[in-house]
Amino acid sequence: MSDEKMSVIVQTIAGMLFPMVLIFSFYVILHGHLTPGGGFQGGAIGASAVALLIVAYGSKTIEKKMAEENLSIFESLGGLVFVIVAIAGFILASAFLSNFLVGEPLFGQIPGWGESPLNSGGFLPILNIAVGMKVIGGLSAIVLMLALVSREVKEQ
Amino acid sequence: MNIMDHLPALVIAIPLLTAFLTPLIDRVSRKARNAVVFIALALTFILAILLVQDVFDNGIQIYVMGASSTTQTIPTQAAVPIRIVLEIDGLSAFMVLISVLISLLGLIYSFSDIKERGGRFYTLFLLMLVGMLGMELTGDLFNLFVFLEVTSIAAAALIAYEFRRGSTSEAALKYIIISSIGALFVLFSIGLLYGEYDLLNMAAIAQAMQSTHIDKIALVLLFSAFALKAGAAPMHMWLPDAYGEAPGAISMVLIPTTAASMYALFRVCFTIYNESLHAIIPAVIIIFGLLSIFIGVTMALVQDDIKRLISFAAVAEVGYILLAMGVGLYGFLNSEEYTVTALRGGMFHLFNDVLDIGLLFLVAGGVIYATGERSLNKLGGLAHSMKYTSVLFLVGLAAAAGLPPMNGFASKIIIYESVYKVSPILSIIAILASIMMLAVFIKIFQAVFTGPKLTECREVPKPMLASMIALAALIIFFGLFPDMVIEHLVDPAVNALMNYGAYIQAVMGVGT
Repeated sequence: MSDEKMSVIVQTIAGMLFPMVLIFSFYVILHGHLTPGGGFQGGAIGASAVALLIVAYGSKTIEKKMAEENLSIFESLGGLVFVIVAIAGFILASAFLSNFLVGEPLFGQIPGWGESPLNSGGFLPILNIAVGMKVIGGLSAIVLMLALVSREVKEQ
Repeated sequence: MNIMDHLPALVIAIPLLTAFLTPLIDRVSRKARNAVVFIALALTFILAILLVQDVFDNGIQIYVMGASSTTQTIPTQAAVPIRIVLEIDGLSAFMVLISVLISLLGLIYSFSDIKERGGRFYTLFLLMLVGMLGMELTGDLFNLFVFLEVTSIAAAALIAYEFRRGSTSEAALKYIIISSIGALFVLFSIGLLYGEYDLLNMAAIAQAMQSTHIDKIALVLLFSAFALKAGAAPMHMWLPDAYGEAPGAISMVLIPTTAASMYALFRVCFTIYNESLHAIIPAVIIIFGLLSIFIGVTMALVQDDIKRLISFAAVAEVGYILLAMGVGLYGFLNSEEYTVTALRGGMFHLFNDVLDIGLLFLVAGGVIYATGERSLNKLGGLAHSMKYTSVLFLVGLAAAAGLPPMNGFASKIIIYESVYKVSPILSIIAILASIMMLAVFIKIFQAVFTGPKLTECREVPKPMLASMIALAALIIFFGLFPDMVIEHLVDPAVNALMNYGAYIQAVMGVGT
């Protein structure tokens, strides 16, 4: 296809699926400390949502909507959050990466036997979110760049 | 909270934080970005010096990640045998000092050398430093693998940085494939050791080591992976491409990354396997060393590209280090009296190699910066317009070839002296190769700097000159006062290599 876009049917379905895939991605990220999965896996699912849009709408349209630079910024923010939380470990508690949120109201609940409340795990959910941001940003930027570059090569 | 207690973590955390901060600040202002990167690296440098001082004064430092106390390596309640530990002994401190020093000088050089897409360059640069420091600081075998990967990926991206020249992509692709193979070997052997002992901490594995067949397989895998990453011939094929195609200062900063792999090799041989090591390992290291010296020097003689030529000289320098360390390891296993001399020569030469070849790479980068030309046949007469650079090249030339007033002489003479006791042939080959090395560098000097003026060009900018002058000053200082350097820097590293019991004790002795 010269214009790289797919038919209206595919575009509509992709548009409808996009938020659902993202919700599933957020679910996997947020429940990383309770169920299989976590920041990386959830982030990869989120990036696959972006890949879906790129296939359906073409890389140029998506590049206009979410510039590769912005995705990179999002990725850096994820890394930044992770390191800041890790450093907060020794400012607020004893050592680098020590879990300073245990017993605090936010994520601090210590679950009983057989329970798995979302509000537990200390700073693990925050680290999962940070990794998730990094992976969504990074993988989406990579997929977008690959699509743009292969398009350039085709045009030459 | 006492900041001194957290030095090991901070040395890794500050460059990591800055690496992720750089792309954000880059959006606002380039000057601010350069300032932030420089301040962060200078801070890392100061903290690393404090850490090294602490290790040299008070012995091995332990830092336990995420624990309620930073020295409690073995938890009292949980089922995990040993926590994730950073362990810094004399050898690690020595390597950390080399890494931060060279990175700082490389950064100053890059400020005027790198013009486009700086935000990403400095992110990758800092990540590469994080990887190196992590490899050298960690006491955990799996973390070593993770940091090895961080270093490799950042380095591959930096090698391909000038991607408009097609050959850089080829070099980077080769580098990433070779690195992945090496990393898989490491991962596989970690799996073997973990399956056998349920341990990942290096000190704990060293204590539990039983030299079964599985341990021997793991040793072979670890040894070949780290020798591959260290650029030992016959596995050096990626090194001239990677060093030769990387932008100016990166060629220099890649030397400490290969040195970090060499550090891992020594850590595996001297600490993890220590006296249970099979007697063939030192022989293999000596053979690799001799091959690297021979192949490096002879291949350097026929090169035309200035950076590729220096890269082959770097292979030869790796050979000298391996030769000395192999002899040292042989002596260590058989309790010979020349062990300390050989190890001293090897470790001292490791530092000198980084300085000498680093300076030559910076000069070559300066020549390419000023003229845009890499071929020796097309360059010439640069001494007319680049006075300082040519003098600095002479310093690097004399040092790398091992001429007396420079540091290369000081360490090479120790190497000759110690390897002579194993076999005179070893030192004869080493001396001959050193003479050929002189011929190699005189060839560059003659082709690039002497002769009639061929092209109009100007001296390189001041930041580039400043980092070259700093390296040259260190080279001359090390050459004039080798005793001082050996006593204060090299000997703690050598003692750490010999005294594996203290390394084990520092982790296993607490809380048992």
